[in-house]
Amino acid sequence: MTKIAYPLMGDYHVPAKFLLSHILNAEIISPPPITNKTIELGTKYSPEFVCTPFKYTLGTMIESIEKGANALIQMGGGCRYGYYAEVQEQILKDLGYDVTLINLVTKGKTDFRRIVREFKKIDKHFSLLKALYYGFITVKMVKYMDTIDDYIRENIGFELEAGSFEALKFKMLRDFGKVDSYHELYKKYKYYLKEFAKVKIHKPDNCLKIGIIGELYTVMEPFSNYFLEKELAQNHIEIKRFTNAHYLLFEKTWAIKRYLKDMKPYIKYQMGADASDNIARTKYLCEAGYDGIIHIKSSFCTPEIGAMPIINKIAGQYEKPVIFFSFDANTSETGIKTRLEAFYDMLEMRRGK
Amino acid sequence: MVKVGIPRGLFYYYYGNIWKHFFKFLKIPYIISPNTNKDIMNRGLKYSNDEMCLAFKTYLGHAAYLQDKCDYLLVPRIDNFKQDNQTCTNFLSAYDIIHNTFEVKVLNYNIDLEHGEALKKGLIKIGKELGFDKQKIHQAYRYAMKKNEEDKQREITINLNKLKSTKTKILLVSHPYNTYDDLIGKEIIKYLKQNDVEIIYSDKFDEKITNKLSLNLSKDLYFKYSRDNVGSIIYAKDKIDGVIFLSAFPCGPDSLVNELVMRKIKIPHINLVLDDTSSFTGTETRLESFIDVLRGLNHD
Repeated sequence: MTKIAYPLMGDYHVPAKFLLSHILNAEIISPPPITNKTIELGTKYSPEFVCTPFKYTLGTMIESIEKGANALIQMGGGCRYGYYAEVQEQILKDLGYDVTLINLVTKGKTDFRRIVREFKKIDKHFSLLKALYYGFITVKMVKYMDTIDDYIRENIGFELEAGSFEALKFKMLRDFGKVDSYHELYKKYKYYLKEFAKVKIHKPDNCLKIGIIGELYTVMEPFSNYFLEKELAQNHIEIKRFTNAHYLLFEKTWAIKRYLKDMKPYIKYQMGADASDNIARTKYLCEAGYDGIIHIKSSFCTPEIGAMPIINKIAGQYEKPVIFFSFDANTSETGIKTRLEAFYDMLEMRRGK
Repeated sequence: MVKVGIPRGLFYYYYGNIWKHFFKFLKIPYIISPNTNKDIMNRGLKYSNDEMCLAFKTYLGHAAYLQDKCDYLLVPRIDNFKQDNQTCTNFLSAYDIIHNTFEVKVLNYNIDLEHGEALKKGLIKIGKELGFDKQKIHQAYRYAMKKNEEDKQREITINLNKLKSTKTKILLVSHPYNTYDDLIGKEIIKYLKQNDVEIIYSDKFDEKITNKLSLNLSKDLYFKYSRDNVGSIIYAKDKIDGVIFLSAFPCGPDSLVNELVMRKIKIPHINLVLDDTSSFTGTETRLESFIDVLRGLNHD
């Protein structure tokens, strides 16, 4: 029997597992959470100067195989991310593992025909109708998770009882994973919306507000950005983040046209992956009165490297502080903390003026 | 009359010949920045981000050199040649980066075949911007394409004839903007020639053939220039003694493509990755031992 595993990114393993377990007659292997061992494994077998998400996902793949998986899912994006799967398959084969890689994208774009073909290979009785129904629920689940995450990000820095948001979110994800129909999911979502609103917070009107932009994997996987959002929350800062799974899957195609129109004086074309989006967001954050911008990416992320000089220019014109982080497998955590502390000390001083 | 500046980097090595013929026909004065030297490199480092690839850093250097010597800089954007032939994201963002970094006006066109933006349309747009009438531009375009085709065919023939040579034959797999750059590939080519090696260039093959051949090694590859390179390896694999992979640090497509190809091919090969601090001494040692290995295999 096929034992299938998927890559990890943020909390999206919950909808991923939900979808796969409902539409495929296969055993689902939950990959172990990302730890230092994951990234060490990934770095050991990765090419020299590949971007960090390659290393994280490769590490997760090896750990999943050790847990018994023999089929692995990989996704893709508008840069070299779309080409990960084939290289990772070869690396795993050379390591002596007998696995199939299920690549959900063709030439960097989501390819539904390919997905159906690949799933039919695993499960002869794969039903498209069923997949569409559960796909719909999964999409809604992602949407609800993202909405609630946005609320959490705005308020988690001001909770009266430390850890109350996280505990509630943990419960919510557990419940979301167990639903069986759209109706049930919707009821759970409404319930948790109320519960989150009940969490006691003390939020001053003039709190510091920071926007986080950057490369999608690093933004969405907390381990790969050294739990940056948590760190900011501990310092009582409101966080705004744009990139999430729902944005990438459904909103981006339309948003990018609007962004390019807005950004005419600066950029004319789409610059690959999320580069133009982040440039447009920089302008938005500057105009919307945020105190500062944090740009994060994994090392060697080419599209974001191209966006950085333009982001810098825009932030300079609006006189908004912006700080750039480039994360790799062996970035020093103390270094990040020191730079962050200096950054919000500076923001507070600017506020005081 | 306005003067157009052409930075000698990236796009120049793919389209420089067409541009030259096009501008010559229309009698537009143009200036091409000199071969990359230390001065240009340093200008590039000043304007670039330290994680940009070496080729892009030098490109910015060329643009910086030209910024006060011309009225327009020519910086196209190349997105794709249909969906399975995309380019590196630096080719997508070069125009916007240059436009935001330098004060000089930028002449620009876009190649995006998926959305019907082709080279012809681009050159016509440029001609119009410089104030020529349509008929004249069409003539210039046809002239430039014809001349370029002739030059290209001649170069391909010379390159393919080298495959019949009796000397040690090495296929140099690299993007032309690295191969022919004075600070990146020149020393390597010089060294190989001194050691009586026949060099076959991966970019001087018929791309219509090599592009398809690449599917034998990699089904999912969608980078146009990498596909051409990979295809050339398959085309020449029985006629060559070794392969040298040359790339600029940290090239996005090469980091994955070269890794995959090196794991799959059974021809002796080395991988050279150069950055702005590399010295030729280290490279020389590796090249020397590689040639020794190849010759040893031949004579035993």
